[in-house]
Amino acid sequence: MADTGLVETLLQRVEKVDGGLDSQDVATSLGVDHQAIVGAVKSLQALGDVISAEQRSSKHWELTGEGCEIAEQGSHEARVVSSIPKEGMPQSQLMKLAFGKVGFSKAMSNKWIRLDKGHEGGPRIFKTVERLEDLVRDKLLLVQKGQASQLEEKEKNELKKRKLLSEVTVKSYWITKGSCFSTTITKQETELTPEMIASGSWKEKKFKPYNFEAMGVAPDCGHLHPLMKVRTQFRQIFLEMGFTEMPTNNFIESSFWNFDSLFQPQQHPARDQHDTFFLSDPAQAHEFPQDYLERVRKVHSEGGFGSQGYKYDWKIEEAQKNILRTHTTAVSARMLYKLAQQEKFTPVKYFSIDRVFRNETLDATHLAEFHQIEGVVADYGLTLGDLMGILHQFFNKLGITKLRFKPAYNPYTEPSMEVFSYHEGLKKWVELGNSGVFRPEMLLPMGLPEGVTVIAWGLSLERPTMIKYGINNIRELVGHKVNLQMVYDSPVCRLDS
Amino acid sequence: MPTVSVKRDLLFHALGRTYTDEEFDELCFEFGLELDEITSEKDIISREQGNTKAEGASDVILYKIDVPANRYDLLCLEGLVRGLQVFKQKMEAPLYRRVSPASGEPQRLVITEETAAVRPHAVAAVLRNITFTLERYDSFIELQEKLHQNVCRKRTLIAIGTHDLDTISGPFTYTAKPPGDICFKPLNHAKEYTAQELMSLYKTDSHLRHYLHIIEDKPVYPVIYDSNGIVLSMPPIINGDHSKISLNTKNVFIECTGTDLTKAKIVLDMMVTMFCEYCEEPFTVEEAEVVYPDGRICQYPVLCPLTITLQSFLFESTEHIAQLLTKMCLRSEVTSDGEQIEVEIPPTRSDVIHACDIMEDAAMAYGFNNIPRTTPRTYTVANQLPLNKLSELLRQDLAAAGFTEALTFALCSQEDIADKLLKNISETRACHISNPKTAEFQVARTTLLSGLLKTVAANRKMPLPLRLFEISDVVLKDETKDVGASNNRRLCAVYYNKSPGFEVIHGLMDRVMQLLEVKPGQGNGYHIQAADDSTFFPGRCAEIFARGKSIGRLGVLHPDVINRFELTMPCSALDIDIEPFL
Repeated sequence: MADTGLVETLLQRVEKVDGGLDSQDVATSLGVDHQAIVGAVKSLQALGDVISAEQRSSKHWELTGEGCEIAEQGSHEARVVSSIPKEGMPQSQLMKLAFGKVGFSKAMSNKWIRLDKGHEGGPRIFKTVERLEDLVRDKLLLVQKGQASQLEEKEKNELKKRKLLSEVTVKSYWITKGSCFSTTITKQETELTPEMIASGSWKEKKFKPYNFEAMGVAPDCGHLHPLMKVRTQFRQIFLEMGFTEMPTNNFIESSFWNFDSLFQPQQHPARDQHDTFFLSDPAQAHEFPQDYLERVRKVHSEGGFGSQGYKYDWKIEEAQKNILRTHTTAVSARMLYKLAQQEKFTPVKYFSIDRVFRNETLDATHLAEFHQIEGVVADYGLTLGDLMGILHQFFNKLGITKLRFKPAYNPYTEPSMEVFSYHEGLKKWVELGNSGVFRPEMLLPMGLPEGVTVIAWGLSLERPTMIKYGINNIRELVGHKVNLQMVYDSPVCRLDS
Repeated sequence: MPTVSVKRDLLFHALGRTYTDEEFDELCFEFGLELDEITSEKDIISREQGNTKAEGASDVILYKIDVPANRYDLLCLEGLVRGLQVFKQKMEAPLYRRVSPASGEPQRLVITEETAAVRPHAVAAVLRNITFTLERYDSFIELQEKLHQNVCRKRTLIAIGTHDLDTISGPFTYTAKPPGDICFKPLNHAKEYTAQELMSLYKTDSHLRHYLHIIEDKPVYPVIYDSNGIVLSMPPIINGDHSKISLNTKNVFIECTGTDLTKAKIVLDMMVTMFCEYCEEPFTVEEAEVVYPDGRICQYPVLCPLTITLQSFLFESTEHIAQLLTKMCLRSEVTSDGEQIEVEIPPTRSDVIHACDIMEDAAMAYGFNNIPRTTPRTYTVANQLPLNKLSELLRQDLAAAGFTEALTFALCSQEDIADKLLKNISETRACHISNPKTAEFQVARTTLLSGLLKTVAANRKMPLPLRLFEISDVVLKDETKDVGASNNRRLCAVYYNKSPGFEVIHGLMDRVMQLLEVKPGQGNGYHIQAADDSTFFPGRCAEIFARGKSIGRLGVLHPDVINRFELTMPCSALDIDIEPFL
C-alpha cells in the first residue's frame, strides 16, 4: 500500500483540475520519485472506480553522464582552448589532460587551435582565437532546462551520436476522476472473517476485489494412473454388458493351457524362444486333467471331432513347459474347460483385463508386457453375425461407431477377423483388435456340448490409452520411467466423449 | 505374418487388368490380405544402405503383401494370381492331376534305414516339360525360400531340393552317412568338399550358417545320390552343383526331406501345384515313387483332394454357399437331398482341416461386412472378481489419501528384487526366466517396492514429497499350484521426502485398516511390532499383524537401499498382502 499521505495529496490534486493530470508532472511538482506516484495510482485503482488512469508513454531527451559534465564545464574543445596559455603548450602535455584527445581533434576542425609540428622541443599547440562560442554546451544547457524542442532534430541526433544526449521513453498515467471519485478513502477489507459474520460488520465494509485472472492453489491430492483409469472404464463397459470377470491373477502358465488346449500346434512360431518367456524355475507344470490331456493330444496328432488334426508327434514335454502367459486366452481356456465340467451347460459371458508377456524386440510402441482386454461369450447357436453385433455394441460404448472386419488367421479361431475402425483424425482405417469363433478342435475336447459356439475378441489396453491421451512413447505411460507430472495432469477418462 | 513381394506390373498383367493402389488395397482387404507397402528395390536399398548404394538399382514398383500364416498357397505370384482370379470369377479353380510318366517307369527315391537317425522322411515328384522364364525361375526359387522360412520352420522340419532331372539318373538313394564320407561339389562352388569341410566353410555364410545347427551334432548327415553316385543334395544345408536348375531346365526333380511327413507332403504339393501351370500339359504333375526301408512303396505327390461335407450353415441357402465356396477354389456341390454340401478341398489348401475352415471361406466370399449384425440373446448376470473389486475400491481411497498411483513392470532383474533391497535371491521365492534377452527380464517381481523406488528415481525432479502407491500382483513359487507358482495381490506405498516420514506411512497403514474395517488392537484387530528386515533401517521396521496373521511390513528404508536405487532422501515404505481381506 502506498503512502496514504501521498494518496490523499494525489486525490486533492485530481479534484482541483478540470481535465486530468499526468503522473510525471505530479511527481516533478511534488518533488517525489515517479514510482511513488505510480504506486499511489495502483492502490487507488484497487479500490474500484475512484480514479481512472490511462497509461501513456512519451519520449524525451536527456543528457548522458558526459553530457552533464559538458553542460557544467564546457565542451572538450572549449576546455582545450581555455587551458592553452598564450605561449602555447607541447602537444604531449595536452594529450595528458582528460579532455585532451577528443577536444584536440574537435578544436582543430573548428580551427580554434594550430599545431606547430616543427617547433623545437617537439610539436606545440597555439590558440588561434581568444573568444569562442561553445555551441555544444549551449545546446546541452537548453536540453537540461527542458527546452529540447528548440533544437532541430538533426542537432539532437548529432549530440546523440557523440553520446551526450539520449532519448528515453517515459511511461506515465493520465489520471482523471473516476465514477466513484472521492478525496476520502475507506480502507477495504481483504477477507471475510468469523468476527465480521458474528458482529454483522461485513454489511458496512467494502471488500477488496479478487483477481480472477490468477490460478488457484492446486489441491494436495493423490492421482490415479491414466492407464488404470482407462482399465476401470473398460471394466465398467463389460460389467454394463453383463460380462463376468475371469480370475487372471496367474502370470505363470503352462504351455498346455496357453497353447495346446487352444489347438496351437507345438511347432508354431509363437512357441519359439524368440517370442515367449520360458521359465527355468519352476520349469515345468504338473497335474493336468488326464483324460482331457489325452483328448488334446489326440486332436493335435490324429484329429477327431470332425478335424483332420495337425498329424504330428504331440509331446507332453512341450505342454509341460512353464511360460509367462502370452495371452489371457489361456485363462479363457481354463474357464471354458471348467464350464464344460458342469453337469449342465449354462451360457456365459466372460471378460478379463490383465497383463500378458512377449519376449519381443522392444520399440516405442512395444514392451515385453502389456495389458490384454478379452471378451468371451459361450452359448448355443451363436453366429458370426452375433460376434459382429456384440463387437458393435462394445465399441459403441467406446464412442467408436464405424467398424469393418477383415478376414485374418489365428490358430484357435475360425473364422478369425481383425476389427478396424475409421479414425477421423488419421483419415484411415486403423486396427483395433482381433476376434473370432473358437475352433471345434479347442472346444469339443474340453467336453463342451456340440452346438455350443464360443465367440471372443481381444485388444490391448495400452493402444487405445495412448491414442486417448496423445502419448507416442509407451515408456512414458507404463513402467517406472513414467512422467509423474503427466499422471498428475491427466484428465478423467470418458471413453465415449 | 509372411510378406510376399511381387512386381506390381507383372501382377496386374497376370490379373488381366490394372488397379489403383486404393482399389488393390480394397481387394486385398476383402480377400484377407494386406497391402503392407508399396516400394521398389531402389527404395529399399536407399533406405537400408543410403542413396549412393541405391544408384542403378531397379525402380520397378513392388507390392509387399502380408499373407495369413497358414496360406502357403499365396506365397508366390502364381498362387496369389490364381486365388484372386478365381475369387473375381475370372477363371475356374484348376484341377491338379498326378500322371504317370510316358515311359511308364516313374522316378524312384529309395530311403535307407540310416536316415532314421537324423531325418527319416522323404517325398518326391517331377515337373515334366516345364518352361521357365526369368520371372518364373525367380519366383520358383523365392517360393522355396518362403516355404523354408514358414511351414518348414527354417528348414528344421522340411528341406526342399530341386534338380535338373536331365543331368542325373535314377533311381535315387536317400541315405545318411558320417560327414567324413560325404564328398561333393556344393551349389555354386567349383571344387569338392567333404561334409565336414562344408560345415566349417558355411560357418561364415550369412545365409546358410543358420541351418548348420540342425544336423551339426548328428553322427550321420542325410544325403541323396543318383544311380551314378552323384550327390543331389545334403539336406537341409545345400544342394549339389551338378544338378542345379537353370532357365533352360525342362524337367525338374523335386525332393522334400525332413522330420515331419505331413509337412513334407504339404510342401511338395505346394511346390508342384504352384508351378505345374508352366508344364507342357498344365496342372499335371508326374508321379515319383518312394521306397521305404521296410519295402513299402508310395506314390507322390499326394495331390489328393479331401472331401468335407457341410451340414449346417450360418446364413444363406445351400446353393448360394456352394457358389461362394467355388469362388474360393473350393469346388462344391449340393447333395441330392439339397441339405448338405460336398466340398472338395484342393491340395493347395492344406489349411483346411475342418468344416469350420470352409465356413470362413464362405463368409469371406460373401463378404464379412455384408453379414447382418445380430445381438446374441445370451442372458447373464455380471460378476466382478472379488479380488479386483477390492483392489479397485482401495485404489480410489489411496488416491484420496494423497498418494499417486504408479504402474510398474512385473518383470525385472534379480538385482532389483534382491541385491538392491539387501536381500539374498535365494530367500525371495522368485520365479526365474530361462531366456531373457536382457537383465530387465530375469525374474517375475516378488515385491512392488523396487518398481516404486525406480519410479521415484526417474522423477527426482518433481517437487517433494513424493507419495506413490501401487496395488498389483507379485509372483511367488507355490508348490500347491499346478504350475508351481502363484500371484499375490500386494499393496505397496512409499513416502520420499527430506525427513523419513514414518508417521505418514504409518498413518496410511492405519487408514487402510480403517477402510478394511479392521480396528486397532491384538487378536481380531491389527497391530504392529518391531521386526528385523535387511531392507529397512535397523530399529525402524515393524511387522503388521491383522486378525492374528502377519500381512506385511512398514518402516524406514535402509540408507544402502536408498543409495542402490540412486536416491538421496530418506524414504519410508509400506508393503502388505491384501488377499487376507477378501
